[in-house]
Amino acid sequence: MRSVIDIQDLSPEELDRLMDRAEDIIAHPDDYAEACHRKKLATLFFEPSTRTRLSFEAAMYELGGNVITVAGADASSAAKGESVADTVKTVSLYADIIAMRHPKEGAARVAALNASVPVINAGDGGHLHPTQTLADLLTIRREKGGFSGLTVGLCGDLKFGRTVHSLISALSRYEGMRFVLISPEELKVPSYVKSEALKKKNIPYTQVQDLESVIGDLDILYMTRVQKERFFNEEDYLRLKDSYILTPEKLKKAKSDLCVMHPLPRVNEISVAVDQDPRACYFKQMLNGKFMREALILKLLNIAD
Amino acid sequence: MTVDSIQNGIVIDHIAAGCGMKIYELLGLGTAGAPVAIMMNVTSGKMGRKDIIKIDGEIPLNLDAIGFVDPGATVNVIRDGELKEKKRIGMPERLENVIRCKNPRCISTTEQELPQVFLLTDREKKEYRCAWCETKAAGL
Repeated sequence: MRSVIDIQDLSPEELDRLMDRAEDIIAHPDDYAEACHRKKLATLFFEPSTRTRLSFEAAMYELGGNVITVAGADASSAAKGESVADTVKTVSLYADIIAMRHPKEGAARVAALNASVPVINAGDGGHLHPTQTLADLLTIRREKGGFSGLTVGLCGDLKFGRTVHSLISALSRYEGMRFVLISPEELKVPSYVKSEALKKKNIPYTQVQDLESVIGDLDILYMTRVQKERFFNEEDYLRLKDSYILTPEKLKKAKSDLCVMHPLPRVNEISVAVDQDPRACYFKQMLNGKFMREALILKLLNIAD
Repeated sequence: MTVDSIQNGIVIDHIAAGCGMKIYELLGLGTAGAPVAIMMNVTSGKMGRKDIIKIDGEIPLNLDAIGFVDPGATVNVIRDGELKEKKRIGMPERLENVIRCKNPRCISTTEQELPQVFLLTDREKKEYRCAWCETKAAGL
């Protein structure tokens, strides 16, 4: 019985097959409309979520399955102090597969060890969020036709952003990638991420503070939120905050086929005016997430694989 | 300075100078119930200076805790005044309930009876990470 807690739980070949499956679902949705007939997905979200939760639930419904759910930590036995282990042991009795988000880091691994059905990590605190990375990968492949020879810019909070670490780690497994890491000094990619994913594999990367100076080199621009509370002092925040807001003006210097991504929610780091630009891919990214979750549910339930 | 030899017990030897107290604490020897002698900065032919812990009586020891603090330490089991067993510890791949995760957001801080597990992630740097949240173990 297989769970997915970390994007590294899936080999590059498995990722390719999941993307192929997602493409097939997009092309032939009717073929999958009954694929999960009589199967139940339990969504256990012990932390607020809009996109991920709805995306999982929509995915299961589109596969012809059903969803049982807990509306939040307050509504579950967790509020009475029940352990993650006991919760998933119980839920395993009712559901065929579990998607879980939990505020504690490592909670998904504990769930996977105790559940008797597959567990998908839908985010464990600031730790891992593998299905976001699945959405990112499919978006890049669909927009760019593959992963070879791409220059990927990651911009904003690269220190605390779990999606960024996970994406770097996943992309570093493909040939010919180049990274441009754009962040304030305080929010640079942690050295252990660079060491594991980039240096060990001799993947070229540069670190800069200014987005405008490098935007013209990029094939992918992955924006993230720069939160004020991450800065050590207000002065630095005020000095740098505008440089990490993507505007139509800044996009003038970018390639015509740039793909702008964001894990969402955005607060103000991408101007709403950018939404009209054909290079804005972040809403497509959300939709791709649903298809990848469908592919992953099918894989973990050993259906159509 | 001399400490009486023991008839039945355990001698943890070749501890790097300064690490003896940490091993004593991690093994919980203060509450183990057996008489314990710690010798620190003892002259050693091979090491220059070393620490030694003598435990009067055979008590269960978490060898991983010793290996975590000092992989070079040795554990000698003494029975009837004679050396019966000598173990080289080395660096353990996995630590269970030796150290605690310092990350307040780690599931191990709240989950009932979840063991504190750390895995060796970089042998050269002697780096351990929490098996649950992957936070790096704090240095000794």
